[in-house]
Amino acid sequence: MKVQFKQVGMSFGNVRVLEDIDLAVREGEFVCLLGPSGCGKSTLLNIVGGFLRPAEGEVTIDDEPVTAPDPRRIFVFQERGVFPWLTVEENIGFGLFRHTEEERRERIAYYVQLVGLRGFEQSYPRELSGGMKQRLEVARALAVNPDVLYLDEPFGALDSITRLQMRRELLRIWHAEKKTILFVTHDIEESVQLADRVVVLSARPGRIRRIVDIDIPHPRDLSDPRYIALRDEIFGEIGLAHQV
Amino acid sequence: MAAWQAAVLAAPATLVPTPLQAVRAIVELAAKGLLFRYIVASLFRVTWGYLGALAIAVPLGMLLGLWRRGELAMNPMLQLLRPISPLAWIPIAILWFGVGDVSAMFLILLASVLPLTMTTVHAVHNIEGVHLAAGRNFGLSPRELVRSVIFPGILPQLIVGMRITLGIAWLVVVAAEMIAVNSGLGFLIVDARNAGNRYDLVVAGMILIGAIGVVLDLLMRKLERLPSLRWGYVAD
Repeated sequence: MKVQFKQVGMSFGNVRVLEDIDLAVREGEFVCLLGPSGCGKSTLLNIVGGFLRPAEGEVTIDDEPVTAPDPRRIFVFQERGVFPWLTVEENIGFGLFRHTEEERRERIAYYVQLVGLRGFEQSYPRELSGGMKQRLEVARALAVNPDVLYLDEPFGALDSITRLQMRRELLRIWHAEKKTILFVTHDIEESVQLADRVVVLSARPGRIRRIVDIDIPHPRDLSDPRYIALRDEIFGEIGLAHQV
Repeated sequence: MAAWQAAVLAAPATLVPTPLQAVRAIVELAAKGLLFRYIVASLFRVTWGYLGALAIAVPLGMLLGLWRRGELAMNPMLQLLRPISPLAWIPIAILWFGVGDVSAMFLILLASVLPLTMTTVHAVHNIEGVHLAAGRNFGLSPRELVRSVIFPGILPQLIVGMRITLGIAWLVVVAAEMIAVNSGLGFLIVDARNAGNRYDLVVAGMILIGAIGVVLDLLMRKLERLPSLRWGYVAD
């Protein structure tokens, strides 16, 4: 198992945020952590990312306990995570400071291409759209060749059309790069479109209510009866009638 | 200008010069070779006092901005020193450094170091948490984090503070030169009055001080246009 959560619990002061999280993620798997706002899913991602220490239990990656952030596992924030004082190229090269100049150049060129930012190498983030900034941040993360990516509601600030495109892009990159991905979202549709497995968390304190296998091959047809069945199952699990 | 000219003509007994007399006084200074010498003398003091202040304030401000306890310990003292006009230090400056350049530079340093430190502390507090987190995630050592994330992150705000502080330093040099030295534009003003009520030279000095102040401000504003700093000044 790549990533293992063992009996993880977390409190902030008297507020119980997470309880009894047991989860094992396989290498190369795409797992969505899904839950209502404030259920502790971002906290869980910060724990596995090494930014927070859990109050109870532990997280291991390749059987090593996680104690601090590590460049082998990169966290992707919402688009404001890119450095506004660096150009696209410099942002992608940010984590490559231990590489030779030539390696740096090659990797930057490769990832500029992969995330479709050709022609914007010298642009600053403020000159890019929200979707482009998000792709830039993904490129910056991928450039250091991590084996795990953590994404914390990465498309939350984008408009719905861009969000759909970004999901397709992310899946394309995931197929090309074969990373293990942990993806936090509160969007049910998003989780069913992306994940191999959806981990449904309860409201605070967050516990795992259910883990749903999404056994539909990519590319997923959003009108496929299986897609709709799984989506509705999760809607039901969260306690929402699928009606507006 | 016309109002100035008219006002002086309407009250002929006044010692205040007309604009033309003030310009003639500037020409006279230039002819005597004093114009260039005084301007250089004032700029020299401002430059070194101000650079000294930057060399102290930026590292100190970063330290206090990152180290909460240090800030809590130092803050009462900084707040107490802040309302004291740098000019109140003139007697102490002369006591320590005598009458001369060092006193003037010390006063400029004093006047600049607090606002620059405060600016740096605030700028460090305003750094985006996600930028620090990303820096740590990519495995930066604390030193690399300061160089590659914290310093560029505070730079736009720091430069605004630097521009305002340079204005203060320029105010202070004139006052310091009136007392602590015998060259420079501040000295020119006091000396012109003492040596025979040459108010044309007084006004000439004032005009020069104003013009150089504007030029310094424009130069600092230029920095704010650098492409790697623009993000700090425009909302996206």
